[in-house]
Amino acid sequence: MVNLIIDNQPVSVPEGTTILEAARQVYIHIPTLCYLNLDAMKLHNQTASCRICVVEVEGRCNLAPSCATPVAEGMKVTTNSRRVLSARRTLLQLILSNHPTDCLICAKSTDCELQNLAWEFGINAQAYQHGEQSSFSIDKSSGALKRDPDKCIMCRRCETMCNEVQTVGALTAFGRGFNVTVGPAEMQPLVNSNCVYCGQCVSVCPTAALTGVGYIDETWAALFDPSKKVVVQVAPAVRVAIGEEFGFPMGQPVTGKLVAGLRRMGFNAVFDTTFGADLTVVEEAHEIIERVTQNERLPVLTSCCPGWINFLRYHFPNLSYMPSSCKSPQQMVGAVSKSYYAEQMGIDPKDLVMISVMPCIAKKYEAAMPEHSRDGLPDVDYVITTRELAKMFKESGIDLRYMPDESFDHPLGESTGAGVIFGATGGVLEAALRTIYEEVTGHDLEDVNFTAVRGIAGVKEATIDLGERTVCVAATSGLGNARKLLENIEKGISKYDVIEIMACPGGCVNGGGQPYSQDRAEVIEQRIKGLYMIDGWQSHRKSHQNPSIQHLYQEFLGEPGSDKAHELLHVTYYEDVPAVHSK
Amino acid sequence: MVGSRPTQPTRQLADELYEQLDAYIETLQIDPDDPYRRETLIRSLHRAQEIFGYLPAEVQRHVAGRYAISHAEVSGVISFYNYFTTTPKGKVQIDVCLGTACYVNGADKVLQEFERILNIKSGEVTPDGQFSIESLRCVGACSLAPVVTVNGKVYGRVQPEKVQEILEHYLVEIDREEEPIHVKN
Ligand code: SF4
Ligand code: SF4
Ligand code: SF4
Ligand code: FES
Ligand code: FES
Repeated sequence: MVNLIIDNQPVSVPEGTTILEAARQVYIHIPTLCYLNLDAMKLHNQTASCRICVVEVEGRCNLAPSCATPVAEGMKVTTNSRRVLSARRTLLQLILSNHPTDCLICAKSTDCELQNLAWEFGINAQAYQHGEQSSFSIDKSSGALKRDPDKCIMCRRCETMCNEVQTVGALTAFGRGFNVTVGPAEMQPLVNSNCVYCGQCVSVCPTAALTGVGYIDETWAALFDPSKKVVVQVAPAVRVAIGEEFGFPMGQPVTGKLVAGLRRMGFNAVFDTTFGADLTVVEEAHEIIERVTQNERLPVLTSCCPGWINFLRYHFPNLSYMPSSCKSPQQMVGAVSKSYYAEQMGIDPKDLVMISVMPCIAKKYEAAMPEHSRDGLPDVDYVITTRELAKMFKESGIDLRYMPDESFDHPLGESTGAGVIFGATGGVLEAALRTIYEEVTGHDLEDVNFTAVRGIAGVKEATIDLGERTVCVAATSGLGNARKLLENIEKGISKYDVIEIMACPGGCVNGGGQPYSQDRAEVIEQRIKGLYMIDGWQSHRKSHQNPSIQHLYQEFLGEPGSDKAHELLHVTYYEDVPAVHSK
Repeated sequence: MVGSRPTQPTRQLADELYEQLDAYIETLQIDPDDPYRRETLIRSLHRAQEIFGYLPAEVQRHVAGRYAISHAEVSGVISFYNYFTTTPKGKVQIDVCLGTACYVNGADKVLQEFERILNIKSGEVTPDGQFSIESLRCVGACSLAPVVTVNGKVYGRVQPEKVQEILEHYLVEIDREEEPIHVKN
């Protein structure tokens, strides 16, 4: 242990601890901006570029960045001397001198770490005016992720996330000196890059330099268009996160209130993406059983996360024959709404607008893919994030705290516990196993909890005895973890039959469209807990037992894997995608 | 919503140039698992620029693949060093020195005159690929300031009035080889 004194308080910490962490242990708050340490997802951003965290160390003539300075025996640190406070203030004012001050109309307002610092420091005027201002253009080319480089403060958190945690490698610091900024290779529009739109960089960006492309205006326009029937679907992960925006505890399920709020906003029908998840399970289980019994193209990789599917297509194109051909739950609900539901209600699909509320940035990209349109009509018209929906609720005066609990509309509103856990890492696999087990063995599965595949650990695995054959399965989240599994498949040393992969560490509960949180690990765990809580409450916990799904097959689709099911619920992504780079 | 996707990058530069580059990179014995493999990246990029004359995206992607790093990272490194260029050089490469001695003797005016006549900016190449302009820091011939080099040949005490004459000389040379090119007056 190393002993030191911080602001006259003795502190003992293990060797290698930084001054910042040591100070936190005795509840001394040192402001930070570029620094970010998320152990749960192995993200350590220690670029020491902003210098907001400087402190005075006795015997050292320069101020030290506390986030990057390790403690030493006998060190004497002062965190709030006059010199320290005025240096921090000057540094912040220099950052602000080249930062747009349009907070009033900024997407990140009240969630921005820079704005918050300026507020905490009581800054009320620009100290350095008339200097040069950077003027980069905004990039919305992907329709999913928005870059506004003028708001970038070069903390490099996004690079650490994208390049080290996700191992996508879409971002780089480009140029030098005053003209440096962060963006894709050669500052090309993002849509030409190998970005997979997981949105994890959005979650860690302290400012509005990286955000999602918003579709609030389009959604309002549809809602107020009398010639349109507007239906909405809500992903599982949304119901355990949106409460945070209205003062509910982290992870508390607010499903019924969410439905009531959507109805009051004017949606003609409120559907549940969880229904699509159940449908995915039934189709996917059918495919898995077929491929496993015939030993064909194993392992089967799950296909419901578009961030992950993009990653596979751009980085491992030689494995792109491997994922299940099932569409994601979002797209299944879209496709069934614009066919079966429209037909039942006698609505011309042209007059039906499908909005989906997702925890995700990549879903915006997925919905716009040409593969997900039929006769020129997209199955899902616009995707808004959990954050965007919270804003719309607030704009229309809907406070979830005061909403009654209401139920989803039929027929795409009924769901099981299996569908709901799709929002957590391991959930898709667990849901599939519940169905596969019963289909293959013909026995009732009494304990539906496959706890081995739950949790936010790197790779979780299980072996399931299906009588004639055992299947070996694995689930992982975060693309860095996925890369390792894929490299093993390439080397031919994978022992798995089925692998679930989610792009976002922890799964969709931690998607790039969820409410911003400073305390990620705890938030993820609470949200996951919320989902399993809902699962426990459900009367049906196996997707194939969902009465509405059974009905849909009887009335419309026929059997799982039928021609009709293939036409509406399956997709093959073209195989001619570029290998942007294969490592 | 947009929904388009990365376009397939096709390789257009000659295979034998890539072979030359690969022959060099082979000698470095890069281990994709070694975190320090990037140490030789700048050397390889130098070599690549010698071979190809410039570093377009396809060459960047190739080098990135050889190092098992991202195209973005290679592009970031290139953007940091003035020496690297991502636009091809012309047949006639004009380098105007903007070092201190040249600058105080009016090199900026000389550069502007080249830019005006050729109708391109420093760092660009004429659409027909014949002329390109770059600016350099001190080339070590300060006593001759302002200094311009054309395809390596040094011109000293260049005044803006002399620019036209220099260009005409090279035009005649090009002319001898092929049909005339257009220069704006
Ligand atoms: S969205 Fe994901 S892949 Fe794209 S830049 Fe951000 S972290 Fe990288
Ligand atoms: S884009 Fe955001 S996260 Fe990335 S360097 Fe800029 S401010 Fe930091
Ligand atoms: S894990 Fe979920 S939230 Fe994240 S990219 Fe995939 S589908 Fe979207
Ligand atoms: S937070 Fe320490 S240097 Fe930025
Ligand atoms: S400054 Fe131009 S040659 Fe020295």
